[in-house]
Amino acid sequence: MNKVSKDNFTQEKYKYGFVTEIESEKIPKGLNEDVIRLISKKKNEPDWMLDWRLSAFKRLENMSVPKWAKAEIDEIDFQDLYYYSSPKDFKEKPKSLDEVDPKLLETYEKLGIPLKEQKVLAGVAVDAVFDSVSVATTFKEKLNEIGVIFCPISEAIQKHPELVKKYIGSVIPVTDHFYATLNSAVFSDGSFVYIPKGVKCPMELSTYFRINASETGQFERTLIIADEGSYVSYLEGCTAPMRDENQLHAANVELVALDDAEIKYSTVQNWYPGDENGKGGIYNFVTKRGLCKGKNSKISWTQIETGSAITWKYPSCILRGDNSTGEFYSVAITNNYQQADTGTKMIHLGKNTKSRIISKGISAGKSSNTYRGLVSFHKKAKNAKNFTQCDSLLVGSECKANTIPLTENSSNSSSIEHEATTSKISDEQLFYCMQRGLDAEEAQSLIVNGFCKEVLQKLPMEFAVEAQKLVSISLEGSVG
Amino acid sequence: MLEIKNLNVTVEEKQILKNLNLKIGKGEVHAIMGPNGSGKSTIAHTLAGKPNYNVESGEVNLNGKDLLSKDPYERSLNGLFLAFQYPIELPGVTNASYLKQIVNAHRKSRKETPIDAGEFLKILKEKSKLLDIPMDMHSRFVNTGFSGGEKKKNEVLQMDLLDPSLIIMDETDSGLDVDALKTTADAINKLKNDERSFIIITHYLRLLEYIEPDYVHVFQNGSVIETGDKTLASRIDQEGYS
Repeated sequence: MNKVSKDNFTQEKYKYGFVTEIESEKIPKGLNEDVIRLISKKKNEPDWMLDWRLSAFKRLENMSVPKWAKAEIDEIDFQDLYYYSSPKDFKEKPKSLDEVDPKLLETYEKLGIPLKEQKVLAGVAVDAVFDSVSVATTFKEKLNEIGVIFCPISEAIQKHPELVKKYIGSVIPVTDHFYATLNSAVFSDGSFVYIPKGVKCPMELSTYFRINASETGQFERTLIIADEGSYVSYLEGCTAPMRDENQLHAANVELVALDDAEIKYSTVQNWYPGDENGKGGIYNFVTKRGLCKGKNSKISWTQIETGSAITWKYPSCILRGDNSTGEFYSVAITNNYQQADTGTKMIHLGKNTKSRIISKGISAGKSSNTYRGLVSFHKKAKNAKNFTQCDSLLVGSECKANTIPLTENSSNSSSIEHEATTSKISDEQLFYCMQRGLDAEEAQSLIVNGFCKEVLQKLPMEFAVEAQKLVSISLEGSVG
Repeated sequence: MLEIKNLNVTVEEKQILKNLNLKIGKGEVHAIMGPNGSGKSTIAHTLAGKPNYNVESGEVNLNGKDLLSKDPYERSLNGLFLAFQYPIELPGVTNASYLKQIVNAHRKSRKETPIDAGEFLKILKEKSKLLDIPMDMHSRFVNTGFSGGEKKKNEVLQMDLLDPSLIIMDETDSGLDVDALKTTADAINKLKNDERSFIIITHYLRLLEYIEPDYVHVFQNGSVIETGDKTLASRIDQEGYS
């Protein structure tokens, strides 16, 4: 009923799939103590950091990969990966953009992330991570003036060891699970943010992760601390070249909100999803957790997950402070052979803690999309409240959607509300829109964007429009 | 402007339209009346290109061009508008953004630039007023939770915004109370001109009392059994179809 040519789409579908021809310097393949020592040395780390990594590696030797996700994962040979790759001759991070390799600047231009400050999006500071190193951070000085620290974590380890030491691993214990522990042993770069007491960060902070080198894993580590009464909105974006191999991205992200502080963390994840036959793509195994440590604190996760061959992530909130609030807003889109197993954990420990979960899963093609969530009320969590809404939208008849919401309740004064729906884009809806002049793709994109509007609205304004386009592009070729 | 020749249509292997012939000239208003299940709505859906309405044989020309080989959206862009009997809900999509998008789809096909937001709002206010539509309806989701009357008015509003050359109304009068019927009919009458043709599908005389047809066709068992002027409608209203 529609003449939309599918060939057109596969060509332009993943426009970030290019490879930057830049010589890289890798340390030898394999996972062992020497590799970890070498990473630490490359980063010029103090001994305490190396010891921390080594202790994680010791624990890792007795751990195995988790198997419970609803995803078919090819076995990964952890000895056959590069754990560190940086552009060649990248001894020290350039002091100014003039010193950055023009090829790198060009790469980020092509990705729509210009790093030259006169060109950047007004009001957004960017940290650009290329494979295992941060290549540029914009607006650093301006943020410095108000006491906001925004820098690569490798730099924070050297310049702000007291903060890193105090908080790293405080939300995700070194021994949490295989991938979190692996990350603790081999993490390369990521961002560090500290917002001082009472400061409302005046600009969006964002990190752009780019995997470029082949056979290389990216192990991002991000740590954000919002001190008392402060506020920050942070956004991360991710892309990778199109390759036939599967590449591993195993990140750990820790957020800490002290009394009356608020952290808003948004993700637009667009890693290479593999081709239409399911070949290649990123394995995105990510641990993200926020601790509402202080009273009246708030952590809000918003994620738009469109990429990766396999996505496996559960941004969670530990609501320890009384009256603290956790939020999770998610749109996860899977097409072709993509697999997503994503959701959240809301752990209510303090009194009057509140959490809200809005999850929108959209599956097309032969993909599989699972919401997995846990809402847990500790017995001291008096008057805690949760609201959960999980909606699934199916496009076509060969895809799968699952909803697995778990609850644990040891508090008798708490309340949980749960709503779930599964719907299909109806032929009637498509026909109605087409009768008014929209072609099949436009009609579908209108309906899908309507379905996830509630979540898209939570994104910082600068990115909401991009996200809407991304939602449409991810589903191209799936109608008809 | 519209010519239907020997049209045979099946739906789920059941033949609904049988050798249908109909000619509609520029600026003419044709009413199609007939009992339930006679295939009236099938004409509307077939002309609009609804999936699963299978044309077994026959020809349809709109403005001299073959209609049946075109996709539904191309038919719309070529000037065919079908006002639905049961307008479809689009949860999450605000009416204003939807209306703007369909207007822009038509502008694009005419190689015009997208409409400016301020200009669109002005036009929307003007045309909504004509139909007694409050502006806050446009911040609600398309047809979602709309009353029957609101849905029908929203159809007529889209008709007005898209400037079609052939308007097919499928039971537009159903679900309207007397006041809403009059407002809607007045708005439709304002859309009449020498270039634009109408097919009004209805059970009842009441809409035809407001919008005067040039021809009335009585439809039964998949084809036209009688054609006359507006007096035929009154006769049927009094005597029934048999």
